[in-house]
Amino acid sequence: MSAPGATAPLGRMLLAQTASELRIRWRIPAFSVTIVALPVLFFTFFGLPYVRQTLPNGTSLGAYLLASFAAYSVGSVMVFGFGIGVSTERGLKVDVLMRATPLPPAIAILAKVFNALAYALLSLVVLIAYGVLVGGVRESPLVWLDMIARLLAGSLPFIALGFSIGYRCGPNVAPAAANLVYLPLSFASGLFVPLPQLPAFVRRIAPYLPTYHYGQLAWSSVGAAAEPLLTSLAWLLGYTVLFLAIALRAYRSEESRKFG
Amino acid sequence: MLGPNGAGKTTSISLMLGLRQPTAGQARLFGLPPSDRRARSRCGVMLQESGTTSVLTVREIVDVFRAYYPAPLLAERAIAMAGLTEKADARIGTLSGGQRQRLYFALAICGDPEILFLDEPTVGMDVEARRAFVASIQTLADAGKTIVFTSHYLREAEELARRIVVIDRGTVIADASPRELKAQVPGKKITLTGSRPLTRADFDGLDASVLRLDRDRASLLSNEPAAVLRELFRRGLDLVDLEVTGADLEEAFLALTRRPDTAP
Repeated sequence: MSAPGATAPLGRMLLAQTASELRIRWRIPAFSVTIVALPVLFFTFFGLPYVRQTLPNGTSLGAYLLASFAAYSVGSVMVFGFGIGVSTERGLKVDVLMRATPLPPAIAILAKVFNALAYALLSLVVLIAYGVLVGGVRESPLVWLDMIARLLAGSLPFIALGFSIGYRCGPNVAPAAANLVYLPLSFASGLFVPLPQLPAFVRRIAPYLPTYHYGQLAWSSVGAAAEPLLTSLAWLLGYTVLFLAIALRAYRSEESRKFG
Repeated sequence: MLGPNGAGKTTSISLMLGLRQPTAGQARLFGLPPSDRRARSRCGVMLQESGTTSVLTVREIVDVFRAYYPAPLLAERAIAMAGLTEKADARIGTLSGGQRQRLYFALAICGDPEILFLDEPTVGMDVEARRAFVASIQTLADAGKTIVFTSHYLREAEELARRIVVIDRGTVIADASPRELKAQVPGKKITLTGSRPLTRADFDGLDASVLRLDRDRASLLSNEPAAVLRELFRRGLDLVDLEVTGADLEEAFLALTRRPDTAP
């Protein structure tokens, strides 16, 4: 028994919660394997054949495509990880029991964010290593470090998007919803096939999509951004606010339904 | 807290835990709002409608929950008190329904709480699990812990509780010790078949409550079956069949919680 008013240190809660989230995800191969294998697979099909070419501005096409799939991969960890993860937990009613414990919701969410960042990092390291070792893409290690840092730091809108899917959709619908939202966004932003090769109407829509501006973060690392960094960041911030608002609305309506 | 299904037991627990907000009035735990982290750090909870991940082992999830509390029990101890020692390294997904219920009990007590809220804790437990659970509850009560639990079995409440609050449709209808409550509950059931269809009027003014009335058959609950029967015979009621048995506690309890306006 503890002294009245005593609470567990938040750091200890965060550590234990993050470790358990990592463990849970690791034990669901449908998540851990997919998140690492898919970007590598996509890069193999859509990237490897072109790694020796260069863009008109001198950037290696291999580096450009690796950057595209790096952006795709981090975004997918966030959208699928949070979207499917949160809806599954809601389906299992894990949230009901957790709400009655002293664990603050903010710590629980922060643990999920750390968990997702860790898997995003893993996915990036595997993808970049594959691109360098198998694809023969040559860039200074600093370029990759810079890209990793940008992509992880800029992933907030996709975390928010994942949360809005997770809170809006049930566990059976969430995977389909995540695919339906994220795959077209990625395609239409030139993450799979460079924009110049896409139909004209897609090229016109692309600059309004979050994935397009997220892609710019990665492309700017290899010197191939199509807009100033500040412009990309402003768009990403705007989308973060929008997705957070949707997520918060869904979260609140669920709260009042379940615990009102 | 005793009451039939739909009486408001789970809602009451949810209010006490701050999981739901009251439309009027307020709930306080240790003088704090129940959702306050300092209050939550001193209580353990077992809820009916809740779940947990299936891919962690029993020990792993108990360890995570321990981290939420300032002075938790050893994981081994919490697991042993829940009777899950043999399953400590099993994945949660492999547990049976009863074992899962024990796991929730382990999670409720692992923070060494001063007060435990258990919502229908024995649902789904087999005889063995129930026995272990009852023993743990008594150990905790002897150690000075407050235990609030809900049940719709009067017998279970009698066996475990020092104070029983009976609620029905959100209203407290009795608040007493098991002994006092038992005295309020009729002890005998009279089942009879008349030679003609029976009506409620046949039983007016008797020291008995009508449990069921179906054409020529009726069952009554009473503590004075002899006096009731004497009066019935005096009124000239012709019986074809008669049986007096010890009242089933569930039925007696049902009679207690039934309001006049819904009596058949």
